[in-house]
Amino acid sequence: MESVRTQDVSSNDLPWKIVYFPERCTMCGSCVAACTFNAIEAVMARRSLTVSRKAFPEPVREHMARPVIQRKAGLRNVCVGCGMCEKICPNAAIAPVRNVDSRFPLLARNEGPIKRGGRTNLNAQRTLDSIIVGRISQMTDPSLDSERHTFDIRSPFGRVLRSRELPFRVEGDNLVLTEKTPPVHWIYPAIFSDMSVGALSTRAWEAVALATAYLNEKHNMPVRMCTGEGGVPIKLLESERLKYVILQIASGHFGWNRIIKTLPRMRTDPAGILIKIGQGAKPGDGGLLPAAKVAPHIQSIRGVPRADLLSPPNHQGLYSIEESVQKMHLSLNAAFGFRVPVAIKCAASATSVSVYNNLLRDPYKICGGFFMDGIQGGTGAANEVSLDHTGHPIVSKLRDCYLAAVAQGLQGEIPLWAGGGIGMTGNAAADAFKMLCLGANGVIMAKIVIQLLGCVGNERGRCNSCSTDKCPTGICTQDPRLVRRLDIDRGAENIVKYMLAFDSELRKLLAPVGNSSLPVGRSDALVSTDRAVADKLGIQYAC
Amino acid sequence: MCRIGSIKSRTPIPPSMALKLMLPQQEGHDNSGFAMVMQDLAGVFSPYKEKPLLSLACNDKGKQIVSDYMDKKGFVQVFQWIPELHLRPGLKIEAMPAYVFRNYDYPESMRNADRREREDLLLDTRLALRNLLQKDGNGFVYSFWPDVLTLKEIGDPADIADCFGLWDDTERLLSKNIVSQCRQNTNYAIVRYAAHPFFLQGYTLCANGENTFYTKNMEFQKSLHRGYIGFESDSQNFLYTLHYVLRELKWPIKYYKHVITPLPFVELEKRRDKKELSLIRESLAHLEINGPNTVIGLLPEGQMITCCDSKKLRPVVVGGNDQMVAVTSEVCGLNTIMPDRDASKDIYPHEREMVVIDNDLAVQRWNQ
Repeated sequence: MESVRTQDVSSNDLPWKIVYFPERCTMCGSCVAACTFNAIEAVMARRSLTVSRKAFPEPVREHMARPVIQRKAGLRNVCVGCGMCEKICPNAAIAPVRNVDSRFPLLARNEGPIKRGGRTNLNAQRTLDSIIVGRISQMTDPSLDSERHTFDIRSPFGRVLRSRELPFRVEGDNLVLTEKTPPVHWIYPAIFSDMSVGALSTRAWEAVALATAYLNEKHNMPVRMCTGEGGVPIKLLESERLKYVILQIASGHFGWNRIIKTLPRMRTDPAGILIKIGQGAKPGDGGLLPAAKVAPHIQSIRGVPRADLLSPPNHQGLYSIEESVQKMHLSLNAAFGFRVPVAIKCAASATSVSVYNNLLRDPYKICGGFFMDGIQGGTGAANEVSLDHTGHPIVSKLRDCYLAAVAQGLQGEIPLWAGGGIGMTGNAAADAFKMLCLGANGVIMAKIVIQLLGCVGNERGRCNSCSTDKCPTGICTQDPRLVRRLDIDRGAENIVKYMLAFDSELRKLLAPVGNSSLPVGRSDALVSTDRAVADKLGIQYAC
Repeated sequence: MCRIGSIKSRTPIPPSMALKLMLPQQEGHDNSGFAMVMQDLAGVFSPYKEKPLLSLACNDKGKQIVSDYMDKKGFVQVFQWIPELHLRPGLKIEAMPAYVFRNYDYPESMRNADRREREDLLLDTRLALRNLLQKDGNGFVYSFWPDVLTLKEIGDPADIADCFGLWDDTERLLSKNIVSQCRQNTNYAIVRYAAHPFFLQGYTLCANGENTFYTKNMEFQKSLHRGYIGFESDSQNFLYTLHYVLRELKWPIKYYKHVITPLPFVELEKRRDKKELSLIRESLAHLEINGPNTVIGLLPEGQMITCCDSKKLRPVVVGGNDQMVAVTSEVCGLNTIMPDRDASKDIYPHEREMVVIDNDLAVQRWNQ
């Protein structure tokens, strides 16, 4: 019996296998050239082949050296299942298939903790799918016509004053404003959430920005995009289109030197400022842009040398909520003349209600939004242990925060924006509608936006290689050869078309419940087929 | 759908006028109750217009509870009218044992109190009585306010009228304003407190339709004012918002319409007062209504108002002659009580309109 080196890493130990049909392959080499992970190679291999060399059929079985495509062994060049080989092959000769018996999680840790991008692959459960829009207008009140009626699909972004605090003076039959009030912008209830230049390629970032501007200017959809922590191109900072952009400041403060220096030359105010305390994926773990992705333009935009760029887990200068409000909120409000809403983003957590309650007591009226990001949010780079085992589901935490505000009669004063898995199964409008009914003023979406650009990563372990600078779609890489794979215009067009569908689908959900404006907090419109979900969220159980 | 109606008259009118307005509008099984609020009273209550009038439906024990409480608090009863019930077999009515209407003098301690203090005392007294009566199901207290009488009962409106002698037009029970409703309750667990018109500190309101933002409204209103309680009906929300905007915030009346049916953003953008309207929409987003509704309101000083939802999904019509103006769900009601009016002057308020009827019967139409 031949001995087997059972501890060698072979193809059946890894998460993806390659199926290869040599009879279809013309050895054009496209698949090898397309594989950014260098996971396959063209080799000469001994193969058994039936041939006929005579003028008439005389099949003979021979062994001969043949050029073939095969995957590389070992852990350094692992196939991630991105499928670029399959996409490019003109003859359908090659494709990755999932290996259900993968031993990768055991083997890969030889190199240290597993790092990757994407979403949690372990906690991909879908609470929102057990919720149905179940309160349909039938006879007691009419459903609306989603095509004919006018729908007011707008949400507040900014600090909302209590009605008794509004600085009005009665003049005859009119109320007249007597003082300046905090800035509040009514925007589309979906924000393209914070992905930095750096995490994204310049082309991907530009495609998102282009889609944002197009939706605003051609379709009257005031969608905003958030920059992420990575600075902003000067050209955009000095452009009128800055008004569609929410600038983010996170614990690394990357890019803010340039932003502040550009202030005098800004032709318009940004749409808002988002202070990022944490994010849904790998919460409490800070941020990381691996040195591999810190290309010269990233060094320039962030003002840093080529090195791993770590955003610390905390804002180093802050130690309490009160202080954060007083220092960061106040200084960022002041920097833009109190004309720009300043909001804060935290990872959803068992402590979120305490944080929100504390912000609601903000005496300066300068916290313009509480963004919460759940465990199903995506990231560009993280330890897998953090992605899969830390974080908090967003749905119940959003509800908890909303109900905490209700208990104090403060709902709506600091708008709630929630994300983390919105659109995970493709229908972001349904997710958004349910979140609105549970108390969100709007949703934040990120992963789905890059999926619309062409990202093939998913929650079942496909690709998720955002951390490697080898993104096969040119989205999460700074490698100029790969970045060119992304067609900016087509990417932006995909986002625009999706958002137009999103808008129609939102109307299709508003119409049957008889509402023409957003049903924020209208939990009676929902039922759940899961008793535990219904009980937790305080909605009707239905079966 | 509830049929609602109100009449404002130069001279005091009897409840039969309201019944004549409402009954032609009755359809199908639309007969589960009748309720009305009368304001600016004449008849037996004429001498006591300044004295708060308690409107009560209760049993004997309830009557005693009320008497004890009012004594304890120093209220002095100055007049009582207990209508004689004409109950007979065949009448569809679920009558309470007693209906009590009592005028009180304020407690001595309130002699030098200002108007607002007195109004708050009346509210707190009504809430306390409601609590006491509700505990063991001994009765219902509907209003406690000077010059305002409330009657609510479950049953066929015509039978209720028979039972209370409301067809009797002797000058016993008269007022210049009546707001009434004939009720069709889609929920068979009928609660008396769920019957509109609702009353709170001088504000009376009835509404029809479905308040699709009931949950939002209710969750917000609960913490706005101690008087915003019950929520047995989704129409109570409209009253509480009216009370909040006019009495608590002291905003001009047109802003009630801006709060409940805010202008769409595209229209808001074109307005000179867009900043103010935008702030109102932001702060009171949870008081918006967004279903099919018509509202009829009666204000403390006697103005009568009506408006409807932002898509005009529920009808309302305003018509009048020299002597009275009526607001109601369907024009057949107007045709019955004012057959000779100039119907070409009837107003069918549109979705952005509010109609205000002054005490001199001048009708103002105001566009949002």
